[in-house]
Amino acid sequence: MTGTTPAATPATPATVPATPAAAVAGAVAAAGADARPRIVAALIRVTSDWTLAEDCAQEALALALQRWPREGVPGNPGGWLMTVARNRAIDVLRRASVERRKLAELAALALTGPGPAAEEPPAEEVVDDRLRLIFTCCHPALSMEARVALTLRTVCGVPTADIARVFLVGESAMTRRLTRAKTRIADAGIPYRVPTGPALAERLPGALAVLYLLFTHGYNADGRPAFADEAIRLARLLRELMPGEGEVTALLALFLFQHSRRDARRDDRGDLLTLDRQDRRRWDRAAIAEGLRLLAETPQGGPYARQDDPCAPEGGPCAPRDDPYTSQDGPYALQARIAACHATAASADATDWRAIAACYDRLARIQPSPVVELNRAVAHGYAHGPEAGLALLARVRAGGALDGHPLVVAAEADLTARRGGRDDRDRAAALFRRAAAAAHSEPERRALLDRADEAARRHPVGGTADR
Amino acid sequence: MKYMMFVCSDTEPDTDTGDMPDIEKWVAENDSRGRRLDGSVLGPTSAATTVRVRNGRLLVSDGPFAETKEVIVGYDLLDCADLDEAIEVARAHPMARNGRLELRPLVDLDD
Repeated sequence: MTGTTPAATPATPATVPATPAAAVAGAVAAAGADARPRIVAALIRVTSDWTLAEDCAQEALALALQRWPREGVPGNPGGWLMTVARNRAIDVLRRASVERRKLAELAALALTGPGPAAEEPPAEEVVDDRLRLIFTCCHPALSMEARVALTLRTVCGVPTADIARVFLVGESAMTRRLTRAKTRIADAGIPYRVPTGPALAERLPGALAVLYLLFTHGYNADGRPAFADEAIRLARLLRELMPGEGEVTALLALFLFQHSRRDARRDDRGDLLTLDRQDRRRWDRAAIAEGLRLLAETPQGGPYARQDDPCAPEGGPCAPRDDPYTSQDGPYALQARIAACHATAASADATDWRAIAACYDRLARIQPSPVVELNRAVAHGYAHGPEAGLALLARVRAGGALDGHPLVVAAEADLTARRGGRDDRDRAAALFRRAAAAAHSEPERRALLDRADEAARRHPVGGTADR
Repeated sequence: MKYMMFVCSDTEPDTDTGDMPDIEKWVAENDSRGRRLDGSVLGPTSAATTVRVRNGRLLVSDGPFAETKEVIVGYDLLDCADLDEAIEVARAHPMARNGRLELRPLVDLDD
């Protein structure tokens, strides 16, 4: 997008023809997306002042919108923004008579151009400031909510009002929360640093959990996930900054698989559709293909790495059934492999449930939780017959954490219906109605009542699953 | 940064009792590295006395000012580069497993 800017030097703006407003807005947005987190992260490192850093980056972007239409888009838009933000910070701090050392350090800040076109890649930079910023925003000494909000505001540059709306609080309340979080960073002595050695392995899952929460947190009025795009952008950035970390790559792949269904997830009423009821033609094939490529890159590759055609619809990436995961797979790699099995199945019936069940077995071992156990029971029910699923489900119920939860009751209803006998169907219908009574939302209740009617009506089907 | 580390009891200590760190070693290690400035075990709450002055009158009562099951049983004054270092010092203390530790930064009024 910005690659077509005229080859003009920033020093001779008069030679550059005026650029149409829309093109400039696009150029500012593109430069901002890349440069903003770099600018904010660098300014925080030198000044330790989070609000100043955000304000100066914002002012630089605002000035670009004013001046680039007249003067043309500079050759190095990111560098231009950094210079403006840096000078603004120097002005503010000079007025506050900050010590000379800090000002000198600020004055030395510069930014090379964005992307691979940059002539001088920041090779000397041992640790990218943006990585510092992400790990500080995701520090375990901050509350989870503070971590998510701070990451959205400071790293992604999402306006406070938008964050407040999704968190269901007023803008001033969100401003106070963000201020408290920033104050806490300074007061508690939370360092602006990327942990090293064993500490990194300990802290990375926490940072990825923030990204995951950011991806799943809240919906916009149109039913789309509110911050999924930000989460994907952030995962891309993290992957670029930590190329050797399989779980980072796997998380990005997982995001892409889930996001590929964004247009198929709801029916005309806006109600959520389960996977088997979605129109798979509306899944984003490009996102799925990218997810599969990424998954093949995770350490040791696994079965996905051996596939020539990542999008083969039949017997594709899930074909090697005995070993669907590698021993290197972390929780996100396993979840991504499960998502890949769904994403590559030509139809719900063609889903490779054996591979999915095997992934859940391993996930239940390395990251046990009642929800994982529930999904594992369902997967086994589809892979190895309803009895196998019901047996595992009985263990989930015995665990107590999810007993009576509508999802558990609905899973039991579904597996019972698939046993196929007349008694089973009556019992399944009753269970679906019980799940509906406990449903957390009206659309969920409607969907479960539909399933109850369906189970009661359905004629016996000989042998095969009646789905 | 200086941190006051309150050493507290906890009603739910770690069930894994293997490899319990040694407190003498912890003290020696952190004293020698200049990360622990001071510290002591405290007497029981039955020995605590609470003092208040209200409207010019001295009010003395027995017991701690907060009645809870988790009580402060000791303290260590730490001097660390930042919170991450203080957390590393705290995690190696035996009471991180038998109880809990609270890190409170000291406020430098000259700053």
